[in-house]
Order: sequence, then C-alpha cells, then structure tokens
Amino acid sequence: MILPGSVKECVQALAEHGAAAKLVAGGTDLLPQLKNHLLKPGVVVDLSGVATLKKLTADKGLRIGAAVTARELERDGRLATGAYRGLAESGALVGSVQVRHLATVGGNICNAAPSADMIPPLLALDAEAVIAGPRGERRVPLRDFITGVRTTVLGADELLVELSVPDPGPHSGGAYLRHTPRRELDIAVVGVGSQVTLANGVCTKARIALAAVAPTPVHARAAERALEGQALTPQRIEEAAKLAVEAARPISDQRGSVEFRRHLVRVLTRRTLTTALARANGGQA
Amino acid sequence: MNVRKQAMTLTLNDELVEVLVKPYETLLDTLRETLGLTGPKEGCGTGDCGACTVHLDGKAVASCLVLALQARNRQVRTIEGLGTDDTLHPLQDAFVRHGVPQCGFCIPGVLMAAAALLAETPRPSDEEIRYGIAGNLCRCTGYTKMVTAIAEAAAAVPQGAR
Repeated sequence: MILPGSVKECVQALAEHGAAAKLVAGGTDLLPQLKNHLLKPGVVVDLSGVATLKKLTADKGLRIGAAVTARELERDGRLATGAYRGLAESGALVGSVQVRHLATVGGNICNAAPSADMIPPLLALDAEAVIAGPRGERRVPLRDFITGVRTTVLGADELLVELSVPDPGPHSGGAYLRHTPRRELDIAVVGVGSQVTLANGVCTKARIALAAVAPTPVHARAAERALEGQALTPQRIEEAAKLAVEAARPISDQRGSVEFRRHLVRVLTRRTLTTALARANGGQA
Repeated sequence: MNVRKQAMTLTLNDELVEVLVKPYETLLDTLRETLGLTGPKEGCGTGDCGACTVHLDGKAVASCLVLALQARNRQVRTIEGLGTDDTLHPLQDAFVRHGVPQCGFCIPGVLMAAAALLAETPRPSDEEIRYGIAGNLCRCTGYTKMVTAIAEAAAAVPQGAR
C-alpha cells in the first residue's frame, strides 16, 4: 500500500505501477470488491493523506476536491439553498451516515455506476472534471467523462482531482430526487437532477440529468431545449417531463421494469423541475 | 499482493497505540484480531449493517470499509471507550434501563451511531434519531426501545456536553 501526501506523489505512484495500481479514497466501493476478489490490484494507493483533494471552495462557482465526502455535501451550509441544493440532496441519499462519512464524490464518479446519486446534480450544474496525470492537468466536461458502465476516460496513469462547477448565476435552483423502495442504504431505481436559471421571469438555462436509465447518466436534451427561453409554467414543466422520458433507455431488472422506470423519469423530472424553479425564485422548498 | 506488515500509530480510546497491520487489512480486523477489542462486530462486511460502527475523528464510520492504514495518526473510538469501567455513558445507561438489547449483536454499533448523532445534534427529533441509526440493522427488530432510550439520553445530557 502506497501512502502519498500530494497529488504529485499519486501521479508518480501511478506512473510506476500503471494498471496494477488501484486508488482508494473512501473505500466504500473498493473494499467490497477487494473482499469478493472481484479486484486483485498489485498495489493500492491511498488518497486519504492528500489534503488538497478534501477541499471544497465556493467562490463564483464551486471547486469540489475529489475526496470531499457525501456527508460534507449533505451538511455544508454553502450548498444548503438555491443553486447547489440538489447536490446536497444527492449527498444525503448515499448509503447510511456511516457510509456517507467515507464515500467521496470522486469515488462515486470514477466508479461510474449508472445509478450513482452524486453525478446527476453535477451534470445539471455543467461540472468539469479536473484530471491530473504525468503530462499535467487536463479538464473534461463531466458529461464526457463517463464512457460506459463502470468505465471512464481516465488513463491508468491519471486520477480525478477536482470537480469544477461554473457560477450558475444569481437566480438558479437545483433539485435531486430518486426513487428507492427504502430511504437508506438503497440504490436508485431512477434518479433525476434538475437545474434551472432564470432572468426576467424566463428560463435562460435548463439542465435535466437522469440516472439508472441508461449505461451512463444522461442529459434529457430535448426537454432542456423545450424549457429554455420560456416562462416555466406547470404545463411547460409537464411537457418537458414527457420529453425527458425519450432520453431514457432503461433496462428491466429486479429493481424496476422499463415501463416503471420511464414512468418514474416523468414524475421525478416534473417534481425536480418544480422544486428547482421554486429555489431559483428564492424559495426554501 | 505484498503482505509485508506496516507499522502505524493511532489514538485508540484516548490512548496512543502502535500496531503492525497488513496492507489490505480492515480497521475492524485490526481492532478485533490484533488489539482484542471485540465490541465492534462484523455483520455484513460491506457497510450495510452498521454492526462495526466506530468513531473515526469523531465521526461514525463502518470500520469494515476502512483500511487500517487509513486510520494512521487518527482518533478512533470504539464501544470500549464510550463509557468508563466505573461510569456508563448516558446512552448505555438508558439502553440498560429500557432493556434495549435483545441478542445484543447490533448494540455496540447502534450506541456508537447514537453517540455520534448526539455529539452533532444534542437534541435530535424522533425523525433525526431514526435517520441517525438508519444505517444499523437490528435483526431482533428492537428499534422502538432504541429510539425511546436515545431520546431519553439526549434529554439527560446537559447542552454542550458529550
């Protein structure tokens, strides 16, 4: 086990060990895989000693270190209202409190499960992934970061260091909802993160991101376009919710059928848009 | 995998401890197998049951998901360090008086989750108590008495004290 103290040392360790190395931050995904022998890394690189990965700064947008925990998103006062509330809501839904104190944003993204809760709100906020590697830093829009079920653009010699969220502007609101049979320690049947920005009573930007309805989290682009430039009436929101269903390509499994998941996309899109709108207007909904 | 043991120190129940650990050993295994603290239990081993709950730097975590080396130079508290030999923690006292433990397997984890909750939220609502222990499974299903006992212990602890 390698215990680096900086991002530079992490990159050096990855350069030395390549694909044999596996990074561990919170360990909530990695440890069960190690225990079930699904993963046999030559060496584990522990990120818990890298302080810069744990920083969350809010100044004209957000910079979220990859090792910021779900619990920190849940409880950070700067995320408690308006534009970033959806992100806080997604953090609050991960695992249990014992898991949220460990599980990290970066881990959730790099694990790249279709059902990952913290990804839709970040997609809806147009977040960018900041990646460190032997050739320095590169930035990739989060929507391009995940390439398939549990696969990402990360090279074997790279690590995700930060999520960079652009300033959403003064009248922006976000919300995240998921459906699960039980509230805690469950995995989303469908998750929806919505974000709207307003100017003079008109929606200038709308983002709707869906989880657990495709191999990767996806944007509902037709629904977003139908809202932009419009006043967000309940009718328009309902139309957008219907359009969002078209972006979903769900599978049937033990958690839900195709039909049920499509129904949930419509319901959760309507609810998150309605809540996001209220928050963009300064409401505490 | 390299199985050479590594030395580390941690503060365990207020005492500085030096211990040799295998690189991929969990904190739970170190506590139970090497350090002899068998209060934390292994239920599922995957972070779903809460029986292994300990405090890491004051926060409730599933010790079965923490690699021992990740606890290096940090503060760990187990059920063994919640009260003292002479004085039970108010939560333990309330659990005894209300007869909360049935088979008892989940209780150390529940108490550590509840203690972390009260440290953060000294006067929790019933809903906050339920979410505070939602990561702890009790297969005897004795949740009602747990909630009652935690609420009573919270009311008994003076504001601002642990």
